[in-house]
Amino acid sequence: MRVALLSDIHANLEAFEACLAHARERGAGAYALLGDFVGYGADAVAVVDTAMRLAGSGAVVLKGNHDAAIERADSYFNDDARAALDWARTTLSDDQKRFLAALPLTVERAPAMFVHASADRPSRWDYVDSATAALRCVQASGTTYTFCGHVHDQQLYFATQRGRMSLFTPVPGTPVPVRGPRQWLAIVGSVGQPRDRNPAAAYAIFDDAKHEVTFFRVPYDHRTAAAKIRAAGLPGSLAYRVEAGI
Amino acid sequence: MSTRVRIGESIDGFTIEDLLHKGGNGYLYRVKAPSGRDPGFPLLMKVPGVGRGEPTLGVVSFEMEQAILPQLTGPHVPRVVAVGDDPMRPYLVMEEIVGEGLAAIVGRAPLPVEDVVQTGAALADAVHDIHRQHVIHLDLKPENCILRANGEAVLLDFGFARHARLPDLLAEEEAFAAGSAAYVSPEQIQGNRSDARSDVFALGVLLYELATGKPPFGEPATYAGMRDRLWRLPLPPRFLLPAIPPWLQEVILHCLEANAVRRAPSAAHVAFDLRNPSHVKLTQRSEWTNNAGLARQMRSWWRSRGSKAAPGARHAVTANAPVILIAVDTEHPDDERHPALQRATAAIVAMHAEYRLILVSAIRAAPLGEGTRVEDTASGRHLEHRNRLRAWIAPLRLPLSRVSLHVVESADPAGTILNLASANHVDLIILGAPAPGERKLAWWRSVASEVTAGASCSVHVVRVPQRAGTAQEDER
Repeated sequence: MRVALLSDIHANLEAFEACLAHARERGAGAYALLGDFVGYGADAVAVVDTAMRLAGSGAVVLKGNHDAAIERADSYFNDDARAALDWARTTLSDDQKRFLAALPLTVERAPAMFVHASADRPSRWDYVDSATAALRCVQASGTTYTFCGHVHDQQLYFATQRGRMSLFTPVPGTPVPVRGPRQWLAIVGSVGQPRDRNPAAAYAIFDDAKHEVTFFRVPYDHRTAAAKIRAAGLPGSLAYRVEAGI
Repeated sequence: MSTRVRIGESIDGFTIEDLLHKGGNGYLYRVKAPSGRDPGFPLLMKVPGVGRGEPTLGVVSFEMEQAILPQLTGPHVPRVVAVGDDPMRPYLVMEEIVGEGLAAIVGRAPLPVEDVVQTGAALADAVHDIHRQHVIHLDLKPENCILRANGEAVLLDFGFARHARLPDLLAEEEAFAAGSAAYVSPEQIQGNRSDARSDVFALGVLLYELATGKPPFGEPATYAGMRDRLWRLPLPPRFLLPAIPPWLQEVILHCLEANAVRRAPSAAHVAFDLRNPSHVKLTQRSEWTNNAGLARQMRSWWRSRGSKAAPGARHAVTANAPVILIAVDTEHPDDERHPALQRATAAIVAMHAEYRLILVSAIRAAPLGEGTRVEDTASGRHLEHRNRLRAWIAPLRLPLSRVSLHVVESADPAGTILNLASANHVDLIILGAPAPGERKLAWWRSVASEVTAGASCSVHVVRVPQRAGTAQEDER
């Protein structure tokens, strides 16, 4: 079975749909949405609708920090991000808000654990941005595979014989063999707001029969996504970030 | 857990027949394929040694090979038939290579020069082929090479190898001893596992052994002994065997340069040099016939000071050192395409710090019965066209050591160009498009089209724009 792993969609419908279509073409039979459906972008309603539809057909759907902020405003966010969240709060239906509020922080489906930020105290939204943080995360999950988002860059950590974690920056489109019992932690990248100066959407596919994970970058109509952000009256910097991939 | 395999047992349908080899990198069994799945060649199953008394690194090595070998294709690696994915019982089923082990060949060394060349070039071909597939072997030694009956070399055991696009599971393993003491490159000793020129160094050790019968750095048992090669110069092969020609010594010692930057830039360049002795640019390396004196050793030591491992950055495995073939029509020296071809060559060469240019002139066969004038004899014609090639490249002011000139008599220029390109691992062919006068011929009958269609590398076709003014000038 090929599981498409999508995270940090951030109300970017164009990027979300491009990645879902890309994954379908590559035979994805299951979906795991690792959170942050809202924030930054202009299409919170349509993106959450798609997530609800996928959840209804069995997809793993998790709560991200931006989703959590819909129910409870948080001082954690910068002004631009908060503006987008405030706006999302006014556009989402009560049904959608209830859906986001009820999402779990982690889901375990052996041999994999899915989580938005770190499996180590997931509600703290810690970034897995170092070998130490990666080690804490896989020690907490205890599973062979841990899939997360939150950090917007695609990264693959693996456990060494010495019990540390080692970092590998994947080459998009190249399948990486990931065999157990070694522990692997894949950060799948951001669908809706990549930050490596490449606007192409990022996601990954895990093939549990071949024990392979493949990271992808998918060019999409980022100009339309940016135009919608401006048209919604959201901060122009958010539109620019989508255009420039920063 | 135990992965010990019993003779007669069946694993995923593969029947274990007998234990062929037990080594540091695991166990090799001869196996029989399940009925209906016989691939038509003999099979081996490799299983890592796991359990008491087995090196833990063997498991990681096996994991590395399990990841890398299935990605490789072509005649220079064993074909993979099955990969055992159960983490409790990993295995790899692959083609058993039938041929003569390089260890046996090295056992007969010193070999005659032509045998050193043949075996060495076959090894260089194989090494270049895996480099093109983003893989560095990092453990080339006689035990890991087999020569097939047709002369092709096959590389075995990718347990220490590095794939540029896959995680390096061995990078941070402390217990990891880099490669095999006699063959390991200086940069590997310093922990760099991402330089393809490490394999060129090992290739140099193998060539040295084939030519002299002795390993250039002995077989040091200690780390300090291995570190010596960071600066100590090996005995010149001609000191051991004066019959070795200077050009071969040049090629061997060029591979063995301690500093990778000074080394032959790729295995393709080594293969080319071995097959084209007359094109090998002789330097001081070729002249040494005695043990390096104090002064030379001191210079080498001085250069090595402070050298440390280059950062293990991710980069393309094949060095940016292309082999470029340029087809030059020396029979029509006034053709207006020549300046355009020269400009294209200069621009492309300017992009590369290292390269090898092969200039080819395919001339018509000499007429039957040599004439009396020198320029009508076969050798005279060759010389004349060689001079034209030299004059053609001279304005580009390129170092002659990087340029080789070939004049080939041929009734089939496209076929000649394609053969030279594939035999020399050419990365790019540059040639002219059909001249305006030739456009009346169908494009598919031109040399350019035939080469473009048949080449296994990139082809740069240079066209001189037809001057729109020509017709109007006539009218005026």
